[in-house]
Amino acid sequence: MADFDVPELKEYPVIPILQEDVMAHSKPYVAKEEFQQQLSFPGELVENWEQVAVKELGDLTKKYRSLKVFLDSCVKCGACTDKCHYFLGSADPKNMPVARQDLLRKVYRRYYTFAGKYFPKLVGAVDMTKDVLDEWYSYFHQCSQCRRCSVFCPYGIDTAEISMAAREIMDKVGVGQKYCNEIIGKVFKIGNNLGLPEAALADTLEGIEEDIEDETGVAVKLPLDVKGADILLVTPSADFFAEPHVDGLIGYAKVFHEAGANWTISSYASEAANFGMFIGSYENMREVALRVRKAALDLGVKRIIFGECGHAWRVAYSFLNTLAGPFDFLDPNYPVPQHILEYTHDLLEKGKLNIDKSLNDDKVLTFHDSCNIARGSRMGDKPGGQFTIPRDVIKAVCNNFYDMQQDTIHDSTFCCGGGGGLLTDDLMEIRVKGAEPRMSAVKNVVEEHGVTHMAAICAICKTQFSKVFPYYGFTMDQVISVHQLVGDALMLSGQKSDDEEVEDEAA
Amino acid sequence: MSAISIVYTILYYAATAILILGVANKVIIYAKTPAPLKIPTTPAPVTRMGVIVRMAKEVALFYSLFRANKWIWLFGWIFHFALLLVLLRHLRYVTDPVWWWVNLIQPFGKYAGFAMVIGLAGLWARRIFVERIRYITNPSDHLMLALLVGIGLSGLAIKFVSHTDVLQVKSFFIGLMTFDLQVLPGDPVLLIHLALVAVLMIVFPFSKLLHAPGIFFSPTRNQVDNPREKRHLAPWAAKLERD
Ligand code: SF4
Ligand code: SF4
Repeated sequence: MADFDVPELKEYPVIPILQEDVMAHSKPYVAKEEFQQQLSFPGELVENWEQVAVKELGDLTKKYRSLKVFLDSCVKCGACTDKCHYFLGSADPKNMPVARQDLLRKVYRRYYTFAGKYFPKLVGAVDMTKDVLDEWYSYFHQCSQCRRCSVFCPYGIDTAEISMAAREIMDKVGVGQKYCNEIIGKVFKIGNNLGLPEAALADTLEGIEEDIEDETGVAVKLPLDVKGADILLVTPSADFFAEPHVDGLIGYAKVFHEAGANWTISSYASEAANFGMFIGSYENMREVALRVRKAALDLGVKRIIFGECGHAWRVAYSFLNTLAGPFDFLDPNYPVPQHILEYTHDLLEKGKLNIDKSLNDDKVLTFHDSCNIARGSRMGDKPGGQFTIPRDVIKAVCNNFYDMQQDTIHDSTFCCGGGGGLLTDDLMEIRVKGAEPRMSAVKNVVEEHGVTHMAAICAICKTQFSKVFPYYGFTMDQVISVHQLVGDALMLSGQKSDDEEVEDEAA
Repeated sequence: MSAISIVYTILYYAATAILILGVANKVIIYAKTPAPLKIPTTPAPVTRMGVIVRMAKEVALFYSLFRANKWIWLFGWIFHFALLLVLLRHLRYVTDPVWWWVNLIQPFGKYAGFAMVIGLAGLWARRIFVERIRYITNPSDHLMLALLVGIGLSGLAIKFVSHTDVLQVKSFFIGLMTFDLQVLPGDPVLLIHLALVAVLMIVFPFSKLLHAPGIFFSPTRNQVDNPREKRHLAPWAAKLERD
């Protein structure tokens, strides 16, 4: 099936023996000139790129305290060395978080520290050369910015911050990544990552409405661009048609319907994901975020709710207020933005949803904590709400639920392997390898508890798992949206239960 | 005054100046550099007080390291805690009269020197024998360990093997502090010990020892998790908004 070795799944984590440079060949396609320019980056490697890169690095250390402190503070203790899923799955030592940081740190030391200027050999400092740049391009695109390393580092050093900086530098010298930069361009032009224009979006939503009505007999609406709606739903565009995402969208729609909410999707901001974060570009991230603000203003909504997506929720929860705030024009009684799970959780707690848990009895669930939700954001008003709220919701709509091993969930969760701008076919090998730790944990609950499905709350996770599950002997339909579970167990007012339908037909 | 006393007098004034100015310079840079985005590693405290507790757990107990790797934690924590005791014990050489609590920890501080060296030895062994850690090690990392072990061993030698005229050492240091210069005993082990300590003070602001001030400025650990409630805006980002 694959032209590379798929790692074996393990009963407990095994730290691999180092295999130097086994992943050095892994590189995503480089962005073409037109896509670079859309994001105001040079179209090809600029002439004096060494100087430009070094200068940009220096500038970034003045703009980001995280970068400066992290580059200075690492003591090479090694605590993070076995924490990255890409290292565990690939055995390439440059995928150990500290080694990944060192790719940038060695240049920082050479140009910006006393020791590196005068004793480069002593501290492992090197000049900015083409080899270094190639190494950056390879290994900074083998980091999903999942922040697992930062949990375990005694100084909280977050390799994601380093990767973002490195990608920003590479963009500035003209070597951008095709996948991310093309997608950001599409958002600027059309409004979403998929390049789905308004008319097509309207069609798609209509189709979904018909499907729901066929299935339930109830006219559940998925409104688009409705001025004066109360709630603006911003959701990853994959929700509009990818599997299993779309069943999640149906779930949101049913919940809104039952709550009697006056809600809408915006065609202008029809994308929750913000790939500006992946490339470490504050400016581009801000541009994308401002679309949400504009949509909210234009439609005159009172609240903003985000659909299921990991990195999107990090940008929404942690950065939106910074990038596109203040949101004083929205209803102050609700947090800005809110997560769809916070919304549904609240309705469930108030008993406003009529749930028949037995409708999910054909499944035994486990739950995958998305990295950027787990370690880069929160839900609810208490720390750790991002762990309890999704689980509470799942348990409220399903009878069978088992967590995976403790050291693979909550803030120790393993990334799906496709985050951070790696969800592209040209990176399939590292995606499959990076999924190994999560897949091992899944296999264990499958064997121990007969788990049949893994629920996820991120568009990237869902796509990635659908793709890599088969490599490990699972099937793609074992990945499921949390809101699909909600939607499947939710009895709509006026909906006929299956029994009644049978009676109807008999009559 | 002997030539050696003069050399050490100059050395210690210089080392102290470099240490203080160097670290102050770094701290000012860290403090001035904006953190444009809210990036605490979550779950994170939602109040300032909570952040203080989180930081205290990191600084005093190495909580994250404990979660990460029990061996590194064990050796690292032993080393740092022993170092703290040893440093506090050394206050007796620069205070007169000696503070009561410094006297109190004297018996522990004496033996903490051994714990310090054991902790360092454990860390060094891991650096040599654990493949992953060997891979990320630069020569400077070995040198730093050598320096610290050298300080520990020479200090222990003074305490337990070849004693020196401690009272005279004390007057030398109090003399430095009061600008009333005094003679330093010429015992070789003492001179080695003091020279290594001076080297440590000098390299501090230029090395990974910056992790000590660095941790307090680490945005993943020192930020309050309240981005929805409170708008966080860096000056350079605010400028983007005006343009
Ligand atoms: S855990 Fe932190 S300090 Fe230790 S090696 Fe990794 S990044 Fe460096
Ligand atoms: S952020 Fe995640 S992917 Fe990147 S180095 Fe750390 S653990 Fe690995």
